[in-house]
Amino acid sequence: METTTLEHRFNQKIEREEKIEPKDWMPDDYRKNNIRQISQHAHSEIVGMLPEANWITRAPSLRRKVALLAKVQDEAGHGLYLYSAAETLGAGRDEMIDDLHSGKAKYSSIFNYPTTTWADIGAIGWLVDGAAITNQVALCRTSYGPYARAMVKICKEESFHQRQGYEIMCAMAFGTPEQKAMAQDALNRWWWPSLMMFGPTDSDSVHSQKSMDWKIKRYSNDELRQEFVDKTVAQAEYLGLTIPDPDLKYNEETGHYTFGEIDWKEFYQVISGNGPCNKERIEARRKAHEDGAWVREAANAFAQKRANQQVA
Amino acid sequence: MSNQNWPLFEVFIRSKNGLSHKHVGSLHAADAPMAIENARDVYCRRNEGVSIWVVPSTQIVASDPEDAEALYEPAKDKIYRHPTFYTVPDEVGHM
Ligand SMILES: [Fe+2]
Ligand SMILES: [Fe+2]
Ligand SMILES: [Fe+2]
Repeated sequence: METTTLEHRFNQKIEREEKIEPKDWMPDDYRKNNIRQISQHAHSEIVGMLPEANWITRAPSLRRKVALLAKVQDEAGHGLYLYSAAETLGAGRDEMIDDLHSGKAKYSSIFNYPTTTWADIGAIGWLVDGAAITNQVALCRTSYGPYARAMVKICKEESFHQRQGYEIMCAMAFGTPEQKAMAQDALNRWWWPSLMMFGPTDSDSVHSQKSMDWKIKRYSNDELRQEFVDKTVAQAEYLGLTIPDPDLKYNEETGHYTFGEIDWKEFYQVISGNGPCNKERIEARRKAHEDGAWVREAANAFAQKRANQQVA
Repeated sequence: MSNQNWPLFEVFIRSKNGLSHKHVGSLHAADAPMAIENARDVYCRRNEGVSIWVVPSTQIVASDPEDAEALYEPAKDKIYRHPTFYTVPDEVGHM
């Protein structure tokens, strides 16, 4: 069939809200765009384990420790679902991992900030998972079937991540003055990077228009950022904490909060490798991969042994 | 060759784009292309599907029911993996 006919059919499917499945014809750029977005998303889940893993052994109680452990385990699973979804488009797992380790592939800028106190674990669950959920709920309706299905599964698991974070924030904000100060400090440091998680503002977003036309993205970066701000303000107020933005105020006319200018210079610095922890994160990933080499070898040897036993 | 020796295939149908393939049953066929044709005739006669997968039944690796306890029990007491384990005040909206 001619490409123009195929392309016409593809566009009609998108138009009709029909999902695209792995064996369906799709434009090369649709495939590439999806591979880029899904693999970046997968890398973010994997690198996202690092800032929190930092606190597992120092969690203040067994309750907090099992919760954090379970959350970090979930994130590893999310990485797996997403790498698998990218593989249905022909991307190779090893190549994707290599691209992450060589610095060629990007991941969410948020994970390049350090977790300096226990309150950061609360702030991450509340704000970082909260922002991720806002983004991921929207992606449940993305046009590529395997990506959409992975998102549905992930969203079901994410709810507990945010709730355990907010529970930590409550414990600290209603605790001693020192604890409350720690909670405020964590909010101060995580607020702006969380807003940056939605990506560049719409007018500067390179991949956005095509992604919107193809319904890979269903809402723009700015729309999702606004939705997140709107639902998070009341949560901060309940805690008695102050969002570090003097320009934040409710607009009666629009029914939305207006907020201050994001420091885009910082965003682009962190995205291009110059954030506080970029080097540390990639080094930790590489080291984990290299240190795990003997496990992969042992698994191969064991599989070989079992195969030999079955033949004998 | 009698059809007694035809291999068994497991049949999976995607009812519409966007949903996963779901196991619907099995059938015998001389080879994989024939299994697809037969699956179409047997399992897709009333618009049940838009896509068929067939997998030789011998290729399915299944867990042993004897192992059920070892495999699934450990998740039972890990209630902290569920959202309801955490207390969030009503005032702050759905989380
Ligand atoms: Fe996740
Ligand atoms: Fe995520
Ligand atoms: Fe999460």
